Amino acid sequence: MTRAATSDTFADNARHALADPALQGALAFVETNFPARRRAVVDALPEFEALRDSARDIKAHTLAHLDLYLEAWEARVTEQGGQVHYAPTAADANRIVLDICRAAGARTVSKGKSMVGEEIGINEHLEQHGIVPVETDLGEYIIQIRGEMPSHIIMPAVHLNRHQVAADFRRVHADLPKDRDLDSAAALLNEARATLRRTFLSADVGITGANFLVAETGSSVIVTNEGNGDLTCTLPRVHIVLASIEKLVPTLEDMAQLVRVLARSATAQEMSVYTTITTGPRRAADPDGPHEYHVVIVDNGRSAMLAGEFRDMLRCIRCGACLNHCPVYHAVGGHAYGFVYPGPMGAVLTPSLIGVDRAGALPEASTFCGRCEEVCPVRIPLPRLMRFWRDRAFAQHLPSPVSRAALAAWGFLAARPWLYRGVTGLGTRLLARLGRVRGRFAWLPLAGGFTATRDLAAPQGATFQQQWRQRAASGPERPRPRTVPSGNPHGRGSEPLVAEPRAAPAPAADRPSGRPRPVAVGEPERPRGPEARP
Amino acid sequence: MSARDQVLGAIRRALAVTGEEPSRRKIVADRLADHPCGVIPARGQLLPAARLALFQKRVELVAGTVARVATAEDVPAAVAAYLRADGLPPAVRRGADPRLGAMPWEREPSLAVAVGASAGDDLVGVSHAVAAVAETGTLVLLSGPDNPTTLNFLPDHHLVVVDAATVAGDLETVLSRLRDTWGQGGGPGGLPRNVHLITGPSRTADIEQTLILGAHGPRRLHVILVGEP
Ligand code: SF4
Repeated sequence: MTRAATSDTFADNARHALADPALQGALAFVETNFPARRRAVVDALPEFEALRDSARDIKAHTLAHLDLYLEAWEARVTEQGGQVHYAPTAADANRIVLDICRAAGARTVSKGKSMVGEEIGINEHLEQHGIVPVETDLGEYIIQIRGEMPSHIIMPAVHLNRHQVAADFRRVHADLPKDRDLDSAAALLNEARATLRRTFLSADVGITGANFLVAETGSSVIVTNEGNGDLTCTLPRVHIVLASIEKLVPTLEDMAQLVRVLARSATAQEMSVYTTITTGPRRAADPDGPHEYHVVIVDNGRSAMLAGEFRDMLRCIRCGACLNHCPVYHAVGGHAYGFVYPGPMGAVLTPSLIGVDRAGALPEASTFCGRCEEVCPVRIPLPRLMRFWRDRAFAQHLPSPVSRAALAAWGFLAARPWLYRGVTGLGTRLLARLGRVRGRFAWLPLAGGFTATRDLAAPQGATFQQQWRQRAASGPERPRPRTVPSGNPHGRGSEPLVAEPRAAPAPAADRPSGRPRPVAVGEPERPRGPEARP
Repeated sequence: MSARDQVLGAIRRALAVTGEEPSRRKIVADRLADHPCGVIPARGQLLPAARLALFQKRVELVAGTVARVATAEDVPAAVAAYLRADGLPPAVRRGADPRLGAMPWEREPSLAVAVGASAGDDLVGVSHAVAAVAETGTLVLLSGPDNPTTLNFLPDHHLVVVDAATVAGDLETVLSRLRDTWGQGGGPGGLPRNVHLITGPSRTADIEQTLILGAHGPRRLHVILVGEP
């Protein structure tokens, strides 16, 4: 069973998210912080765009030969003393992991961050069978003790502020002194570090994900900053890797290419702190490391995606850049998406995993501004794939009768340009006249959903097509079509109708409780460059 | 049908292939045998002296520190100097690496040097890197008795000795050297259990995106760079 989802109530989820001041404070920081930092680190590497092409090509090549690379990889893992377990479904993967844990007599399992682990709900499964899984990535640990899903694929607890985390630590770490100071992020980290050290040293089994599987060497690769992943796969007696089939890459050189774009896209680092290539269990002479190395290779819907237009999505390296640049994610955060994969990548992936009938609202929740595709390190055409889902949902009669009728009417007009021009021209002139005085509408029939939260600007008198023809006729140089005007990354203002917020949002400084502080404190005496901030 | 056949069969159906096509098999075999390099950034492609300078700069940019010494004989003194400067007790733990073993630790009589894997109660670990990467300030360490993995992660301070001659411009150069040593595609011995690429001390920004050094791994990473290019 793939983990339970609430994607079908996206609209309600989003409404709640918009009304949550703590969440809005956290999201404002994602919006201002990440795009600028990624930009800086990308600008510092002239070869970045060429590396994106290389990364895309490596993943596309591997997917086209996935059966053969899987076989080659499996042979290597086995040669090196590891064990490969195939899991066609989430339920299979959960059962295999539980069996390995039981065979190891495990009571406690330490966990490194694994998105496929979140997808299949491995923690719940182990808990139901009396085994205690403990997340060790700080963000994952926080959401685990809160019983939440990750709200971001790289920063699972990005929706929380430190006061919320402190309250949870006081609740869960009840044996510690009541009057301890948990006011700073550093104090919280120190408490988690000390608590989780005991888990690392006592766990019987360690479960990690994999950023890559290398066919050439039979290795799994994890990319982390905290070091928890390495402790998870080194200290327990048994190491289990959970990885989905699209993690394969052919060679170490291919991995090196992908690592260069991954860290920059994910955390604006040149290189993550720990990139660890793991091959087999500990060797005879090794003084540390696990005695058993298992890889559970999970399909859970991926092979079906290989067949059609969604194969492109399998290039995804889970960097989170599309979330960090998405105006919809900035507005509603990750939990609104109702499943473990939020943002643009989730809007494409989640319908594949839980069905478009349940997740059809996700690909609808896009302005198609195209920023996700602009930053995706493996150049996945995310808006186009969302459009495919919209098509499929339409073909399956999933949208409401009203929106289907509206779309049908629009389709009828769009197929008859003369009629389209006539109707839109008339409508534009009418609206321009009606809105002459105020220049905007607070309410319009059929547009109540739009005008409930903002005004609709009145048209300036001519339709887009009319303006376009005039410009083309007047200048010697034809205006070039642009999807995103420079200096306006959201693409707002590129259309003749401009939405304006009814009331400007409060400036960030005035936002209520727990606005994240945009400072990096640690050991201030250390030199630190732009890439030193994960 | 086994789970394995189920997954491979589903992939082959989706790709509309059988897995037996000689042309596809050759493409894959060639790629694995030739392991072509992709795009190598120009940044690290420097003459040795400039490459070492870049390496040092990159380590410092990711919040590591660097001390340069002329020969391996100077390493124990550099270790002792680091401990003194940080007010740490004069005790370290290292692996069985013969390069570390050959160093004149007796010249630092007050320094206690334990050998072997860490159980979590050491403040300072000393390792020897097999190589380093100037492009990103990355250290490359191999697991095993010489440099146990636990020393990289459990102590609060990780001191890593690097031979200047092993500092490469880019990661690909290091990976291909590893392949030559350990055998094509894993070869007879295969890669060691772990190849660690370490770039700076451990960190997190999971709470309010506030960067803090020393998450679960070391709080400090200190590189001792030995020799001239
Ligand atoms: S879709 Fe692209 S940008 Fe989004 S997480 Fe995947 S690789 Fe990153």
